[in-house]
Amino acid sequence: MTKRILTGNESAAWGARLARAQVVAAYPITPQSPVVETLSSWVESGEMPAEFIAVESEHSAMSVCIGASTAGARAFTATSSNGLAYMTEQIWWAAGARLPIVMCVANRSLAAPWNVLNDQQDSMSVRDAGWVQLHCRDNQEILDTVVQAYWVAERTNLPVMVCYDGFLLSHTAMPVDVPDAAAVDAFLPPRPAPLQVIAPDDPRNIGPVVIADPRRDADGVLRGGYMELRAAHHEALLAAADVVQEAAEAWGRAIGRRTGGLLVEHRLEDAEIVLVAAGSLVTQLTLVADTLRSDGVAAGVLGIRCYRPFPAEAVRERLSDARAALVFDKALSYGYAGPIATDLKAALHGAAGSPAVYGAVCGLGGRDVTPEALADEVRRALIDARAGVVDRATAWVGRLQEGVR
Amino acid sequence: MTRITELPVEERVLPGNRACAGCGLGIGLRAITKALEGRAVMTVPASCLTVLGGMYPVSSVRMPWVNCAFPSTAAVAAGIAAGLRATGRGDEMAVLAMAGDGGTADIGIQALSGAAERNEDLIYLCYDNEAYMNTGTQRSGSTPSGARTTTTWSGKRENPKDVPRIMEAHRVPYVAVTSAAFPTDVYDKVAKARAMRGLRYVHMHTPCPSGWGFDPALSVRLGKLAVESGIVVLYEVEHGVFRLTGRSAALAKAGAALTPVGEYLKAQSRFKGLDAEAEAAIQAWVDERWAEALERHARGA
Repeated sequence: MTKRILTGNESAAWGARLARAQVVAAYPITPQSPVVETLSSWVESGEMPAEFIAVESEHSAMSVCIGASTAGARAFTATSSNGLAYMTEQIWWAAGARLPIVMCVANRSLAAPWNVLNDQQDSMSVRDAGWVQLHCRDNQEILDTVVQAYWVAERTNLPVMVCYDGFLLSHTAMPVDVPDAAAVDAFLPPRPAPLQVIAPDDPRNIGPVVIADPRRDADGVLRGGYMELRAAHHEALLAAADVVQEAAEAWGRAIGRRTGGLLVEHRLEDAEIVLVAAGSLVTQLTLVADTLRSDGVAAGVLGIRCYRPFPAEAVRERLSDARAALVFDKALSYGYAGPIATDLKAALHGAAGSPAVYGAVCGLGGRDVTPEALADEVRRALIDARAGVVDRATAWVGRLQEGVR
Repeated sequence: MTRITELPVEERVLPGNRACAGCGLGIGLRAITKALEGRAVMTVPASCLTVLGGMYPVSSVRMPWVNCAFPSTAAVAAGIAAGLRATGRGDEMAVLAMAGDGGTADIGIQALSGAAERNEDLIYLCYDNEAYMNTGTQRSGSTPSGARTTTTWSGKRENPKDVPRIMEAHRVPYVAVTSAAFPTDVYDKVAKARAMRGLRYVHMHTPCPSGWGFDPALSVRLGKLAVESGIVVLYEVEHGVFRLTGRSAALAKAGAALTPVGEYLKAQSRFKGLDAEAEAAIQAWVDERWAEALERHARGA
């Protein structure tokens, strides 16, 4: 174990290196670029034995990962914002083809209007594509999560997206324990044989057209149609929740540090109001909750670390005694509400004694999110909760409403 | 040049596949797979070839085959090649990316250009049936001037994109133009490409009875007529050296005149109603390209 001062992007690169990624597809986009720059330097210097392919677009970056992963290699790439939007077609392909690709997303707002700073609209916009989606609070978690992501991906045959806030984490340096390569190797052995095999002596047609209905193969065996394959994909994703937890436990045994799991919990016991978020905001909210506690407000924090699969059961259990949950989303499903708030409401629907769920959107396009503004929003929510308000419009934290056109 | 009686006997394209009657692609694919002797993995985007290959859970081609999204062929192939190298299987098999003209000249050209610039170790084969045939005959960047499609009802006004020349401009080790009507020419070029490293580009003209409007029995005859008319020129550029091949080389050697394009155009309903002026423009386009090919053949570059 070596302590290093690393940015979030460098932590992501270390994760890929320690996981022994064999093919790295690279295309630069702010704020992700230092990930592929770092990996490029290691591959060139020989410190990292990998194929490094500097492609001409994000679409091709994910395409290269799809090809490499199909061929049985451990594939890695990273992106942000419009880059993720540009590769969206391939995001769906990677998941539907059940390829254990790992990709980091340094979360950034989506244009237009143009903005390079942080929110989580990019990864939230592909939440339905069938990837496991993990959100990190700090740089240590980024490194640990990238390695764990391969452990999860290769057991579930699902791609995993490791998300962290652009600039807030991607460009902020902090002390990170870099585990020894041997310890990581013991945790993460080489990739098992892929689900689909490219072998000239046993030729297969991988990813062909599939009709709606089941159909018999050449041996007369009935094979699923499109719906059966999609159902299997969905069930694999639901089952991945357990695998994410197992990864955290196995990591704890191998490395001696507990990182991971589905949720982050902070002072939930006896909490009247629970603050919910994903990413670096979780760290900030723990400080806000502590401050509120010292002011006599019983606040707790529930961080969503695993956003897909959504840990509905665990969330229900953790929130059963609270009066209210206030979700801070750094994204919106425009025309409706924040994505985490919506998912949380759905998870709690029909559960006896479930708390009121309020949504607040904050930090869009890098708008500063201050502890004071967060605490004020919590106090407002608590007043509504105590008054029995069950539903209200999404609040905008830190939005100036007067004198702005 | 390999004679037709010398082609490997083993068939890797099974009968009963889903290609249309008379499809040039089936003829070409037979020659391609023979040249690769099954020691290759194919990458295939959305196209007529996907249909020919068959629907899950069956397949009509006895070779490893990886389907991919429409714009991604060259990049997925590059990823497969890298993945095979990274897992110690780089020498086990060649990587063949095989896309149609729309998937190559239009939506796939960015990934193809990127792969060519990086000189990825793969064979990219474009089968050119001159429109989006799989989706019902819409114009592509490769559709010839004058051709009627379901998005050019009165005939396309522009000349086709010259993808082989675009690939030459990338200075890849090998660029070749072939025709499915000449299976031995296809075989020789793919076999030569297989023995090379780096990005090898093969452009295969592929007659399409349903899209072009002709009797499926005439596919080979029409493909040959395209070459004899100079619509298609068979050549290869190997490490920058240009030479005409097959029937085009024979025509050049004999100093023979090309067959006027009128005969080729009249044989297809897609050129129905083409006026004399438009036909003359096509003839002028052909003559100019043929003169250029003869000049390059003589010069060897």
